[in-house]
Amino acid sequence: MKALSLCNLKKIYNNGFVALKGIDLDVEAGDFFALLGPNGAGKSTAIGIISSLVNSTSGSVSIFGHDLKREQGQAKSCIGLVPQEVNFNQFDTVKSIVLNQAGYYGMPRKLALQRTEYCLRQMDLWDKRDTVSRRLSGGMKRRVMIARALVHAPKLLILDEPTAGVDIEIRRSMWKMMQEVNQQGTTIILTTHYLEEAESLCRNIAIINHGLIVENSDMKSLLARLHVEHFVLDLARPIATVPVIEGCQIERVTDLSLTVAVPKEHGLNKLFAQLSAQNIEVLSLKNKTNRLEQLFMDLVDANPVGSKPAGAK
Amino acid sequence: MINYSIAFKTIVIKEIFRFIRIWPQTLLPPAITTALYFLIFGKLIGDRIGTISGANYMDYIVPGIILMSVISHSYANVVSSFYSTKFQRNIEELLVAPIPNWVILSGYVSGGIIRGLLVGIVVALISMLFAEIKINHVGITLSIALLTATVFALAGFINAILAESFDDISIIPNFVLTPLSYLGGVFYSTDMLPGIWQIISKGNPILYMINAFRYGFIGVTDVDIQLTFIITGGFIITLIVFSLYLLHKGIGIKS
Repeated sequence: MKALSLCNLKKIYNNGFVALKGIDLDVEAGDFFALLGPNGAGKSTAIGIISSLVNSTSGSVSIFGHDLKREQGQAKSCIGLVPQEVNFNQFDTVKSIVLNQAGYYGMPRKLALQRTEYCLRQMDLWDKRDTVSRRLSGGMKRRVMIARALVHAPKLLILDEPTAGVDIEIRRSMWKMMQEVNQQGTTIILTTHYLEEAESLCRNIAIINHGLIVENSDMKSLLARLHVEHFVLDLARPIATVPVIEGCQIERVTDLSLTVAVPKEHGLNKLFAQLSAQNIEVLSLKNKTNRLEQLFMDLVDANPVGSKPAGAK
Repeated sequence: MINYSIAFKTIVIKEIFRFIRIWPQTLLPPAITTALYFLIFGKLIGDRIGTISGANYMDYIVPGIILMSVISHSYANVVSSFYSTKFQRNIEELLVAPIPNWVILSGYVSGGIIRGLLVGIVVALISMLFAEIKINHVGITLSIALLTATVFALAGFINAILAESFDDISIIPNFVLTPLSYLGGVFYSTDMLPGIWQIISKGNPILYMINAFRYGFIGVTDVDIQLTFIITGGFIITLIVFSLYLLHKGIGIKS
């Protein structure tokens, strides 16, 4: 069963800007799916169209088999949206924001109260239920938006940069929450600029650039395509000269650290053996950049404005 | 099957709580303004005017002042509430949800009607301190109040959809509604105007509403009551169709 199906979706804004050039995308039910792309690539437009905030120019959107234009009620009932920016009434209390949203979905009062309590407890906000929302911290406001999006138990949850601007502790608690929601059967589509977030949470991924899908595959096979990995090595002793190792590109960062580009076929064991042979002792290593970030940059750089990517959808 | 009546009730209750929560801005000012109207126009000046169409001046102006409050507050409620919803982007809560456009429209318009009528009741209570209120035709009085509140709540909704700034939501009330209300025979009969101005006044729809409302109270009118119902009904249908068209196209609310 497809949770979401986009077919030749196009969007041209009134000022003539072509945000989407005809994208096709399928997301399976139960998936945790990442939709990535640089700023202005078309992610927010695509999400806006899926969640009925933006009118499409042409193409179709189907949510759990319901066409968004012909069966709007059923299609919309399946979606919960956590937008990028705070968009609730800042003068309302936390409880009334979530409760009203349940009402908009036609939920009877008794059930709405139960679901509101459940979602606020899940987001650790029950103690704040009577607080006027403008008095909440940024992280709490984001959690209110997640509780609001979950109150009608949607089958598809769309999270548009949910962790932007929140501290690492809250971000990690939100990751845990998102995983729990996904494990309970909710399909999740996540857009984020934190690529380690997408890498650790999502099973499938699409990268959008200049209004086109330039990559659409599962995370594992995408990461397997990474031919060269970049590492930072911390050394036990200062080095006088940069070591030379055939096949690897090495640069000095400081006297006690190096960056090394290691081709996949070279392997780390061989690298360490070669460094040991040159009397260089490595204390620790870490990835210079997140692996997905490296691929993302490669894909985005390979598809500059106006070019049609190979295999573009 | 989605229960739209729950969504409708949610919007209406939210709207009622909104204007009750800020009652010093929504319910208190009309009470003060009305008291001043009655004191200045009714007591101080009215005593020198005498009677109009057989009614003493105070009794003559009471219905017009009540309806003027209904007009301005039904309009103000919807225009400010819906524009704020747009401005704060919490309209997205409604657009994402499976609510048909007619439910959104009827919810907000009902909120405007309720505030308009509530303010009308407050003003009527204040006016009882200055005049003896009798209603000759209850049905006409209540139906004109309801229909007038509906017309201006709908107009406020359209204004809010088309507005792009807070300035845009004050232009119509200041430059259209207030002049038309004052020139709609609240304080005078059109018979008192020179010939050409009597004809021009007949182009003002508020004149019909105020006169029909006054007829409901004291049985005096400058216009045909049946024609008033036709005009008001025509406005309501036209404004509903236009509002739904704007919502359907997403004008002013969607990219």
